[in-house]
Amino acid sequence: MAKIQVENLTKVFGKRPGRAIKLLEQGKSKDEILEETGCTVGVNRSNFSVEAGEIFVIMGLSGSGKSTLVRLLNRLIDPTEGSVWVDGDDLARMDDKGLRKVRREKMSMVFQQFGLFPFRTILDNVAYGLEIQGLEEQEKKKKADEALQLVGLGGYGNMYPDELSGGMQQRVGLARALAADTDILLMDEAFSALDPLIRKEMQDELLELQGRMKKTIVFITHDLDEALRLGDRITIMKDGRVVQIGTPEDILQHPADDYVAKFVEDVDRSKVFTAEAVMKRPEVLTIDKDGPRVALQRMKKEGISSLYVTNKDRTLLGIVHADEVSELAEQGSEDIRSVLHEDVPTVQKDTVVKEMIELLTYKNTPVAVVDEENKIVGIVVRGSVMALLSGKEVSAVE
Amino acid sequence: MSNMTPLPLAAWIDAFVEWLTQAEFIFGPLTDFIGYIISGFEWFFGIFPPWLLLLIMVGLTFWFAGRKIGLTVFVLLGLLLIWNLGYWEDMVLTLAIVLTAGVISIVIGVPVGIWMSRSPVVEGTIKPVLDFMQTMPAFVYLIPAVAFFGIGMVPGVVASVIFAMPPTIRFTNLGIRQVPTEIIEASEAFGSTGNQKLFKVQLPMAKTTIMAGINQTIMLALSMVVIASMIGADGLGTAVYFAVGRNDVGGGFEAGLAIVIVAIILDRLTQGIGASKRK
Ligand SMILES: Nc1ncnc2c1ncn2[C@@H]1O[C@H](COP(=O)(O)OP(=O)(O)OP(=O)(O)O)[C@@H](O)[C@H]1O
Ligand SMILES: [Mg+2]
Repeated sequence: MAKIQVENLTKVFGKRPGRAIKLLEQGKSKDEILEETGCTVGVNRSNFSVEAGEIFVIMGLSGSGKSTLVRLLNRLIDPTEGSVWVDGDDLARMDDKGLRKVRREKMSMVFQQFGLFPFRTILDNVAYGLEIQGLEEQEKKKKADEALQLVGLGGYGNMYPDELSGGMQQRVGLARALAADTDILLMDEAFSALDPLIRKEMQDELLELQGRMKKTIVFITHDLDEALRLGDRITIMKDGRVVQIGTPEDILQHPADDYVAKFVEDVDRSKVFTAEAVMKRPEVLTIDKDGPRVALQRMKKEGISSLYVTNKDRTLLGIVHADEVSELAEQGSEDIRSVLHEDVPTVQKDTVVKEMIELLTYKNTPVAVVDEENKIVGIVVRGSVMALLSGKEVSAVE
Repeated sequence: MSNMTPLPLAAWIDAFVEWLTQAEFIFGPLTDFIGYIISGFEWFFGIFPPWLLLLIMVGLTFWFAGRKIGLTVFVLLGLLLIWNLGYWEDMVLTLAIVLTAGVISIVIGVPVGIWMSRSPVVEGTIKPVLDFMQTMPAFVYLIPAVAFFGIGMVPGVVASVIFAMPPTIRFTNLGIRQVPTEIIEASEAFGSTGNQKLFKVQLPMAKTTIMAGINQTIMLALSMVVIASMIGADGLGTAVYFAVGRNDVGGGFEAGLAIVIVAIILDRLTQGIGASKRK
């Protein structure tokens, strides 16, 4: 079951939404509807689902309906039509009490301008959600303090929001959401008010926290780089409509339409694509089985000048080069251990291409991709990286 | 125009007021109640001998109005002057009336302001009423006030409340409406009930603005004391009123000066309490 399921969700602002909905169904555009009815279409019949544990990014230009959409998810805004299901419960059918319960226990929110309470100390800000739930003083303080530690603001509990920098204030906003210990985190342009360096830092920190906590995060942004960095999946919105949903790579490789294509045109692909996307199935030698002659034969067949060597369970041991192997073959030796170079460049599946470029140019050998147990899962050669960066389709492991 | 029949507006109002005065069962207890509050204040101020009350007032101004030495010295000298001129008793009466009017204005005005902030319809209905209350010449209230509450302190307080309450209502409404949307959303997004939102977020956020309204209310109530004295509300106002009647410039000035001193003290105190006490 999806964590959040959105069906046909529509929000029309204005006096006569009924008429606007009819026009929407007739396929009229947002501008036409505004002209005819005076109503603004905020969100237009959107469908998507957010899976537990993913960072789901919603991206679009200003006015595309992102803020409206995220506020429909916790019903800060009531939908005109359609429904939102959280853990299988329909938000629209809930009474105030039920809705409050969901907001307290299931989803918390982080705001663009931080939304901190200026008259409360940092600790009391962070404790707000817990206070609302009626937690007792001790417990509340303890949890709030833990959340502050988590975002690296342990010592700041007694200060006030206006005594902190923007970046720190947003950490407080994040801590307030984390303290409530909800599964779902809604973040509306949470980092947009921060300057670029701090912003990057916060993105890293969010990814790091997410690695540990596995929340379900709905992250709104108008910044493509941010979307690509954070998103497990990205939704692109235009005029209240969902234009495309996909992984970052999907969206770069197969833009759904010209609008998206234009959006992603200038992206630095080397920051988005990972080793997994460009790696090939590795040809390897097994150390106990394959001797120099087999090695030479395989190199010849593949037209390459070096081969990675593993043991039987594919744990990477090193690399051998053609010139040394053929010398070995001439000497009549059966074992390639003597020419094995153990010092080889390796990367993980999720290493971005940008970080591999140096490795690829520095030594003229392919880079090995290994898993956590140092087993080889693929190799990356220069050619596929070049193809990727020039915008051509690349094929992953066959 | 001359051959147009004038509307019998005055007659209607008279009839309405006449009808209202029958409602003795409302105005009787109400008069008593307001009377109790006034006497309560009088009794309270009476506990302290003048010198002690004087020191307390100086201390309060020092403490709440930003610990300014100049202001504190001024307040000390001003109060000594009032005592010296023999207006101490009158000042206590005036304080009792003004504070009663202030308390009633707050108790009614803040909830009305909150109500107004929640609905455009209520806001649209109440605003013209407030305009009416403030622009209708204050003298005009005196007549029905006497009709309902008789002569004395109570009708004086009632007239003061009508004249002075609007700023508290307006500023409460304004203060709550001015709270940034995101902060309201934050409180709702964490699952606050309406009351939690009001008491934990909206009122604290609006506090400074509400206090500015209360400050104005107190000042307006004080400005009513001379008018209220015409219907028997004793105090500094009466001293001014009599002096005017006797064409006693000097005496009128003395009493007027006493009112100004009280005004400055009340103003600085209410402003001081409104300002954030955060270090
Ligand atoms: N309360 C409202 N009343 C009327 N129209 C609204 C309201 N809120 C949003 N809109 C309109 O709905 C549309 C979507 O607005 P929304 O704030 O969701 O966009 P956004 O994608 O978050 O933009 P931004 O990047 O500027 O924050 C806009 O056309 C906006 O004018
Ligand atoms: Mg927005």
